Amino acid sequence: MNPEVRDESGIGLDVDENVNQFLTFMLAGEEYGVDILRVQEIKGWESATEIPNTPDYIQGVMNLRGTIVPIVDLRSRFELERIDYSNTTVVIVLKIKTDDSEKTIGFVVDAVSDVYNVSEEQLKPSPDFGSGVSTEFVKGLATVDEKMLILLDIDHLIDADIDINQSAMTH
Amino acid sequence: MTIDISQFHGVFFEESFEGLEVMESELLELDASNPDTESINNIFRAAHSIKGGSGSFGFNDITNFTHVLETLLDEVRSDKHKLNQDEVNLLLSTVDCLREMLTAARDGTDIDQAQVKSIHDELERALGNDSVTEAEAEEDNVVDDNDSEAIASALEWHVHFAPHLHLFQTGNDPLRMFRELEELGTLTSAANLSKLPPFNKYDAEECYLSWDLVLVTEANEEQIKEVFEWVEDDCELSIEQANQQEASNVVNVVADKAAPISEDADASKVEPIVDKKKAADKKAGANNESTSIRVNISKVDALINMVGELVITQSMLSQFGEEFDIKNIEKLNEGLKQLERNTRELQENVMQIRMLPISFSFNRFPRLVHDLSNKLGKKIELKLSGEATELDKTVMEKIGDPLVHLVRNSIDHGIEMPDERLAAGKPETGTLNLNAYHEGGNIVIEIVDDGAGLNRDRIFQKAVDRGLIKADEDLSDDKVNELIFSAGFSTAEQVSDVSGRGVGMDVVKRNIHDLGGVVEVKSEAGKGSTFTIRLPLTLAILDGQLIRVGTQTYIIPLISIIESLQTNIENTKSITGDVELYRLRDDYIPVVRLHSIFNIACDSAKLNDGLLVVAEAEGQKIGLFVDDLLAQQQVVIKSLETNYKKVEGMSGATILGDGTVAMILDISSLIRLYREQAEYKTSSAMNNQAA
Repeated sequence: MNPEVRDESGIGLDVDENVNQFLTFMLAGEEYGVDILRVQEIKGWESATEIPNTPDYIQGVMNLRGTIVPIVDLRSRFELERIDYSNTTVVIVLKIKTDDSEKTIGFVVDAVSDVYNVSEEQLKPSPDFGSGVSTEFVKGLATVDEKMLILLDIDHLIDADIDINQSAMTH
Repeated sequence: MTIDISQFHGVFFEESFEGLEVMESELLELDASNPDTESINNIFRAAHSIKGGSGSFGFNDITNFTHVLETLLDEVRSDKHKLNQDEVNLLLSTVDCLREMLTAARDGTDIDQAQVKSIHDELERALGNDSVTEAEAEEDNVVDDNDSEAIASALEWHVHFAPHLHLFQTGNDPLRMFRELEELGTLTSAANLSKLPPFNKYDAEECYLSWDLVLVTEANEEQIKEVFEWVEDDCELSIEQANQQEASNVVNVVADKAAPISEDADASKVEPIVDKKKAADKKAGANNESTSIRVNISKVDALINMVGELVITQSMLSQFGEEFDIKNIEKLNEGLKQLERNTRELQENVMQIRMLPISFSFNRFPRLVHDLSNKLGKKIELKLSGEATELDKTVMEKIGDPLVHLVRNSIDHGIEMPDERLAAGKPETGTLNLNAYHEGGNIVIEIVDDGAGLNRDRIFQKAVDRGLIKADEDLSDDKVNELIFSAGFSTAEQVSDVSGRGVGMDVVKRNIHDLGGVVEVKSEAGKGSTFTIRLPLTLAILDGQLIRVGTQTYIIPLISIIESLQTNIENTKSITGDVELYRLRDDYIPVVRLHSIFNIACDSAKLNDGLLVVAEAEGQKIGLFVDDLLAQQQVVIKSLETNYKKVEGMSGATILGDGTVAMILDISSLIRLYREQAEYKTSSAMNNQAA
């Protein structure tokens, strides 16, 4: 469903076609955003079952009403310092599109923050930090209410993910 | 308005394939000299509905092809034509050809036109020869106005009729004209919808359709033209004679020459539609294959009943919840028990829906045996039993090829030539039995032949030649027989296309193993051999042994487990520091420490403290070192690949009673993982030494 369809159906959200909505969450003091239409649900952290011989940031798998959903710790995915999970630790379950299928993956974040409307004009491409910094999963930066949001391209999050997995498997 | 007719394609193909199966099995049972009217009628009906269906969906080449078949069958039906065995075989290859054409139409692939044409011509010839004799007979007899006779002595006309937009305004109705044509003979029509405008531009008073008609009639061109007399100026009309073959003494060669021309003309006319369809089908074709399942209505009714009960139980339980009183605890327990029973029944019944009788798989064997025994010059009688035994659709699909291989093998290697059989004092005709039955939670399929049995000495010799065993090894008969499942083993003296490429039996064994099943062979020289396949009823559920390593719970499929034992440290030997072997009676088996292979914590690394689960895969035994054995239970297999990817050592995951996820171990993949890690360790150890 895209924004203009919502508009026509009279749900009454004040959006036009250049505006996308983003759900933001906190991670080590920074605010990140993901396309809200990809969010399947938000749930509290429950312990996951470890999958042996997988990279550290794969926290394990969880039972989401009968389907097995892998859980990614976003802090360690971004090579940030890990913290203990608390009662505000949440899992954002996202639908990720890969070449031939759609996968459901949970991401552990510090806390969920807000929902913002971001128009195309507000969206700035991420600056080139050189090859040392991986930015392939950053869609762009946006300034909303004097705050900087880092908008993530979640499909590329999993692309990069698979590459890393493969290199980890081959030692 | 454009009706998206392609949405019905799936049903058409499914029904057509079913029709072909009916035709095939009837043909196989048909006694050519004295055909049973009912079976001829069945075959005719199947051909007729394929023709009708393909016509309405615009698969014109199938329509034309089936038409000839139908004409021939119609003659047989009305006793105008006597079938002979060659013609029955021709009809069987016609069925094969039709199957290929349908598959090609479904997947949007190309078909072998030359083959289609040669069968088409052969059918024509069968028809033509016959009508020649018939025409002679007719000279003596008064012509009776039987319908089929008319077809036999009729011409095929291709009429392209494309009316102009204003046809309706002139007061003409194509439908009436077609009815009139139909009175002249048999009419097949295919409408071309390509000019239909989008709905909002659609004018009900304009005619956007055009038609390609095939008329088989005795009438001449003038009579056909007469029908279109009133509209001649308001349409594009072409009337061509498609087929020179006639009841009078027209030589067959002429018919053969004429056919390709008209076919080509036909093809070019309908090409645009077909191309569009092909493109669309190609897109969908890849994963479109047989996604539907036919379920007996009684099974669905049973499910509905059960859901009804479940709803009642649920409302009862929620009532307890609302006004809970400790006095009602008894009733609550009762309700929970009822819920448990309902759930279990529901589960069993849902599983039932995926169950199909094994006859779906067995049905192809009469044909296979018929063809193969003809080819090899052997006489074989096939007996099927337990065809109603049900098993899971997925298992059925995957067991098909291994079964075909085993049956081929029995026919090729097992059953002897008739003279050999007579010499051995056995009846000339060999028997091949296919049995299926349930045993516990498994389905057992047996392939029994009364042939020569496995040749122990030859297998032994071959295995020695191939370096699989040593010449002085003393093996039991069963062990020797097992050898035929080893990779690269084939004792067929001559490599044939039936079997003997030596890639057969090991693949059969592996495929069956992948399904969680086992295959065994028993054989007695001179008396025959029996192959027994044992399979789980379903791939969705497996019997598992829950084990614990540290805080983690894993599931080992029960079918892989040989035994579980308390370890005795004295039986453990270490080789090169890293590899541990455990002496289990006469065997040394490698100890695979799950905690180290998975890199997780365990209670104790001492072998004495834990348990060893001896499991087997691909002929290799390993001892899995675990902390504890927990319960045995049935688990529902969930895929890890749906949302993640394949994980080494795991075949999937399941959800336990408390809602947590547990991994299901895959022993053969674990063995690979173990070897990889051992190699990695050794190589890094060597690197360290070198440094």
